[in-house]
Amino acid sequence: MTTTAEVEKPRTDAGSEPAPRPRPGRIRRIGLPYLLLLPALVLELLVHLVPMVIGIVMSFKELTQFYIRDWGTAPWSGLDNYKVSVDFDAPVGEALLHSFLVTIGFTLLSVGLCWLIGTAAAIFMQDTFRGRGLLRALFLVPYALPVYAAVITWVFMFQHDNGLVNHVLHDQLHLTDKPSFWLIGDNSFYALLTVSVWKGWPFAFLIVMAGLQNIPGELYEAAALDGAGRWQQIRRITLPSLGAVNQVLLLVLFLWTFNDFNTPFVLFGRAAPEAADLISVHIYQASFVTWNFGTGSAMSVLLLLFLLAVTGVYLAVTSRGRRASHAR
Amino acid sequence: MSTIRAAAAGAVVMSLALAATACGGGTSTDGEGSNKSPKTLTYWASNQGASIEVDKKVLQPELDKFEKETGIKVKLEVVPWSDLLNRILTATTSGQGPDVLNIGNTWSASLQATGALLPWDQANFAKIGGRDRFVDSALGSTGAQGKDPAAVPLYSMAYALYYNKQIFADAGIAQPPATWAELVADGKKIQAKGKQVLGAEGANVSENVHHVFVFAKQHGADFFTADGKPDFTSDGAVSAVKQYVDLMAKDKAIPQGNAEYAQNQSVSDFAKGKTAMLLWQSASANLKSQGMSEDKYGIAPVPVQSGTPGTGTQVNSMVAGINLAVFKNTDNLDGATQFVKFMTGDEEQKILNKAYSTIPPVASAQTDPGFNSAANAVLKDTLAKSAAALPQVADESQFETVIGTAVKELFADAAAGRAVTTESVKAKLAKAQQQMPTK
Repeated sequence: MTTTAEVEKPRTDAGSEPAPRPRPGRIRRIGLPYLLLLPALVLELLVHLVPMVIGIVMSFKELTQFYIRDWGTAPWSGLDNYKVSVDFDAPVGEALLHSFLVTIGFTLLSVGLCWLIGTAAAIFMQDTFRGRGLLRALFLVPYALPVYAAVITWVFMFQHDNGLVNHVLHDQLHLTDKPSFWLIGDNSFYALLTVSVWKGWPFAFLIVMAGLQNIPGELYEAAALDGAGRWQQIRRITLPSLGAVNQVLLLVLFLWTFNDFNTPFVLFGRAAPEAADLISVHIYQASFVTWNFGTGSAMSVLLLLFLLAVTGVYLAVTSRGRRASHAR
Repeated sequence: MSTIRAAAAGAVVMSLALAATACGGGTSTDGEGSNKSPKTLTYWASNQGASIEVDKKVLQPELDKFEKETGIKVKLEVVPWSDLLNRILTATTSGQGPDVLNIGNTWSASLQATGALLPWDQANFAKIGGRDRFVDSALGSTGAQGKDPAAVPLYSMAYALYYNKQIFADAGIAQPPATWAELVADGKKIQAKGKQVLGAEGANVSENVHHVFVFAKQHGADFFTADGKPDFTSDGAVSAVKQYVDLMAKDKAIPQGNAEYAQNQSVSDFAKGKTAMLLWQSASANLKSQGMSEDKYGIAPVPVQSGTPGTGTQVNSMVAGINLAVFKNTDNLDGATQFVKFMTGDEEQKILNKAYSTIPPVASAQTDPGFNSAANAVLKDTLAKSAAALPQVADESQFETVIGTAVKELFADAAAGRAVTTESVKAKLAKAQQQMPTK
């Protein structure tokens, strides 16, 4: 342990002047910050890493209802769980692939819309006007609501027979020939997307709004003098200045949306319609509902690897891009 | 300097302590039962009444009675159905669970396979008055055949056809339908009066399974072979599932909107008089809580293909019900057994089954005149003569999920106006079968 190690610093420059004697306790002082970090580190291990490692171990076991009482007795299954998960010709793998593709499409759309709406709203809210504070607070409501309460309200609104959505679209506006189903069948994808964007864009709004405060007003004044219109100001000043903020924002939104479990689960229950079969619920079903925790873990590990890869590539590409623009 | 050292030491001690306590979690109650804490029991009850609060009101006085008799304090938790199986699985995995708990009787074989529940062998049955106290149909749903039951029956239920007397009178229907053909024909008359015919929970996985199981029986099919292998795509099974979904797709008896029902909306529709008929188990208490009094509706046996309900292809209900189980690793084994004896005793059986409008699975309690009403007569009769237990196989839980989901998707097709054909049903069932565990 660093606190107890007493290391004499070797004299390298013995010639010219006496080197400062290593003061006693210096190493202790250097070690102290690390020591103080230790509780956090141990907690981090316990809360994040240990469960992850256990999950990875589980993925190599045949962990069905016959073994869950005593995990130690569950036989090792090698790569069987992974083989089942990625055998895209067989039903389990095919369903996983389908769910994966649905999730990617859903995530890209949701993140894109969240960012677009959030950024637009933040820019509009930038100028002072009466009621701005109220509007800003109002915009944050979906983000502040408890997920379950918010989503279950949407469930009621999406109901076929007496939901608000059909009432407006069909009864009032006559946009559809007959009331649509939103919670089953193909429309469930749009229902899910709607709720997800509704729930997610205030976060984008909040972050972009914070980012906007850091852009000096002089830039806009100078641009206005040069004859730049509003749109040009946004394109040439606002968006480039938000680069760093957007980099983090998009990544975080992507990871949250990709992993979102609450929204689809509350909307559709334990058996999601195929069109909205997000991967988190799919994995839940593969493990909890069918009691095969080994396969569920294997799928989770694959998901983890995918997200790690996406994050790594994303960070590499975006930071290189930014370094390049700095160098210019 | 000393303060720094103290801080450092404190940090080390704290992190070690955290590590120790966090690791010390789930290891304490592994292994077999004991009698280490003879004065308390934890009991997880399933949600039988209209709400969790109702259950607490029903159960607490009885638990107090038990405490007075034995000095054992029972800590009650009523667990909603949406959580119960997950909670049991978690308790099984961690070894940290209740001493006594209610389980849905269809889960018996699956949970039995985990080995977490106390087997009710001859000796254990002797402690609660013997196996003979329970009726056979209820015992048939307590675990795999040839093994000691994993639980004992607590409440029994059966499906029945609930019908709205007023709507039937308006439509000029004198008798509740006894066959599916009659039901469809009556449906036309009911629709002519502007009412919905039959309510269903199309997106509720468990309800779907219960119904197609009965239809399969009526088509002479089983979802599992005699040696416990899934067999979902036999002609009988396909026609059975198709016939149930066709009640919406072809016969238009089940309204399309019901395809998305999963929160008992069909019961509300029936209670509000929107729907003429409902296939449900022990709905009386639920309907009452929604403001529909008992004289407004009649109860008849669930229709069959032809003839009258009986065994074999004349089956018209699953054996529904709740079983009472003891976790093997309980630290109050004697107390838990005593509690099971108390709950399955004649007196408690009468009180509790009346409160929940269920039928006692204990023969001597069934004779109470309180269970002789017209409603209970139908349920009792069904249980005794024409109810069959869901497959008692270890993969039952998976079976419920994959088949229930397949039916849910077929209902969604029907609701969207897509054709439901023999081929499409067979394809869905084949997919379901492929999702079953192969080992």
